[in-house]
Amino acid sequence: MSNMGAKTLLSHSFRIAWKDLTELFRNRLGLVLLILMPLFMMVMVGFIYPSNGTVNNLQVGLVNEDSGFNNITLPSQSFIMGLQQINNQTHMLIITNVSSVADIRDMVQKGDLEGGIIIPSNFSTSIMTGQQGTLIIVSDESNPQISATIQGVLKTVFDEMGTAIAQQKVQALNVTNTLAVVKPFNVQTQGIVSGNPTYFDFIAPGIMAMTVMMSVMTGLPVAISQEKEIGTMDGMMVAPINRLSIILGKTLGQTARGLIQGIIILILAVGLFGVAIQGSILLVFALLLLGVFSFVGLGIVITSFTKDQETAQMLMMTLMFPMMFLSGVFFPIQQMPWYMQDISKILPLTYASDALRRVMVLGAGIPAISTDLIVLIVFGAVMIAIAVPVFRRMMTR
Amino acid sequence: MANASIIEVKNLTKMFNKFTAVDDISFDVKKGEIFGLLGPNGAGKSTILRMLSTLARPTKGTATIGGYDIVKDDTEVRTLIGIVSEKMIMYNRLTAKENLWFFGSLFNIPKDVLTKRIDELLELVQLTQWKNAQVGTFSTGMRQRMNVVRALLNMPQVLFLDEPTLGLDPQSSVEIREFIKKLNRENGATVVITTHMMVDADLLCDRIAIIDHGKIEALDTSANLKKIISGADTTIIKLSIPNLSSVLIENLQALKCADAVTQENSTELKILVHGDEAFDNIIDAIRANGGKISSMENLQPTLEDVFLHITGHQVRDSADQKTPNAHRHFGEAPRRVR
Repeated sequence: MSNMGAKTLLSHSFRIAWKDLTELFRNRLGLVLLILMPLFMMVMVGFIYPSNGTVNNLQVGLVNEDSGFNNITLPSQSFIMGLQQINNQTHMLIITNVSSVADIRDMVQKGDLEGGIIIPSNFSTSIMTGQQGTLIIVSDESNPQISATIQGVLKTVFDEMGTAIAQQKVQALNVTNTLAVVKPFNVQTQGIVSGNPTYFDFIAPGIMAMTVMMSVMTGLPVAISQEKEIGTMDGMMVAPINRLSIILGKTLGQTARGLIQGIIILILAVGLFGVAIQGSILLVFALLLLGVFSFVGLGIVITSFTKDQETAQMLMMTLMFPMMFLSGVFFPIQQMPWYMQDISKILPLTYASDALRRVMVLGAGIPAISTDLIVLIVFGAVMIAIAVPVFRRMMTR
Repeated sequence: MANASIIEVKNLTKMFNKFTAVDDISFDVKKGEIFGLLGPNGAGKSTILRMLSTLARPTKGTATIGGYDIVKDDTEVRTLIGIVSEKMIMYNRLTAKENLWFFGSLFNIPKDVLTKRIDELLELVQLTQWKNAQVGTFSTGMRQRMNVVRALLNMPQVLFLDEPTLGLDPQSSVEIREFIKKLNRENGATVVITTHMMVDADLLCDRIAIIDHGKIEALDTSANLKKIISGADTTIIKLSIPNLSSVLIENLQALKCADAVTQENSTELKILVHGDEAFDNIIDAIRANGGKISSMENLQPTLEDVFLHITGHQVRDSADQKTPNAHRHFGEAPRRVR
């Protein structure tokens, strides 16, 4: 293409992008939704997802069946006292006294309780006769996640109480550091950057990458099929312009829209949810643009195959959901079964959100994310190479 | 140059899968002429227009505009033409001026020229005082005027108009017709117009091509087309029969001398007849069926009659018979004619 042609192509593209953005900014409801969508996404995903160790107010029933050892029930009573003491500090549980094991089952079935603790009849006897005291945790199998959480919480509580009791016993042996004897290993976790990242730090980069890339992938087919439907596309098509400037202009417009949303998410993440950006903010934007680039071709291909807005939107929903959940935006890829992990490896969003997360959370520079960069560039280039001829053919039907 | 052809169409064919929308048509349009494509919805006239304006590719055949091939030289063709589509080509959230500026800037018109032209065009259609209002707030008439001036931004030598008066009130239709004539007279622009409105075709067009089922059934001036009827010893009679029955209509249709029978309303019939004894035959048939004739008159042929005579059905009849496929391919809303 000659220099002159390229200049005209670009100038026409800018006119089209300008037109699209003017329309966007004059659509008040559209603008409000543009801001609300990422806000809802952050709030919903950020607050609903259980962050580590912050479980509160689980409804737990307590059955004390301890029959005592020679009428002494000291071990079970001190256990209950200890449990309440720890819970008063952490507020993990709401403990209700229940008279029998059958009642616990009833209440779990009704949904009044999420689990239960049973102190068996031989509890005091076992402890007083120098044996292990057994405690039983009842869990609600209809809700595996809560069930696992209760088990974890109660095990932690029991563990702490067991440690306390062991420490008391060891003290009799005249040891200076009782904890070192009872629990010789102490584990500490340290991140590679300072601060204490939350789940928001994990999802904010992913949601940013997703919003910006989706805006191109979904916005492009919708914007073009809409113009085809209302007839304005004909107005552009009868002008002596290169067909590419239509798609380029539309892409520019959608990219701008996506970036605006991305910036809103960033502001919300930093201002409202306390997300800290460790890496370069310029690199963050460069990555968002690269994400757009990698998705443009895919968006154009989809555009070429959809005839009307309705189809475009339905196709988008079908593609968006697997992308959202398989690209590690909300859930770590490592949690998925191997075949899902394989699928996620062919999705460009996986690489974009991974790179963005490394930069934002870990403060990575370009060398550290080079694999992601290469994948995104290659994917984008290949898709565009496929898309351009497909689009040209579509436009001159 | 007065009689030189600006559009030459040769064996143009467009197929949508197995449906032939435009069937091997050929015609020429002379420079400075107003040329009409008359036919019912789904006859293929919009498809012809879309092919000529480079928006659709012919399946077979070719056409040139100003000597440029509509497929090979599409960019050159586009600089020569303007199109007014049945769909309004404008963005509701942009102002009148912004709309024209946007479409004009796609034609590489120098900025100062374009600015001046937009002002002139808005003045021409009396929209100057609304130039900074969003077109979404405009009335249908104003929008249609906007739709027309948009097509004039590049000073086209050929203006294509697809159903320009569709859905307009009678007054706006008159305005648009006057405007098209003025453009043709003053700027010497060649105008190709598709319509199913007999009035449009009759009042506007120098020559009319009658299109039905993708084919040109007749092509001539309005006056000459009407001569087809008066010259072929065909007469149109209008009968008023108070006790009109469907049996009577069927019997009349069965008559050899009756080319076509159409019911105008509950008591009136219009019959296209030929032959010396036609009147006698008709009257006999009505009497035989117990019909009473309260009045009978001889009508001047209209284009509608010509259409009826040539195709054997009325324009509005075939609109109802339109295939579902045709709706989709022509992008026209399935609406009843008139």
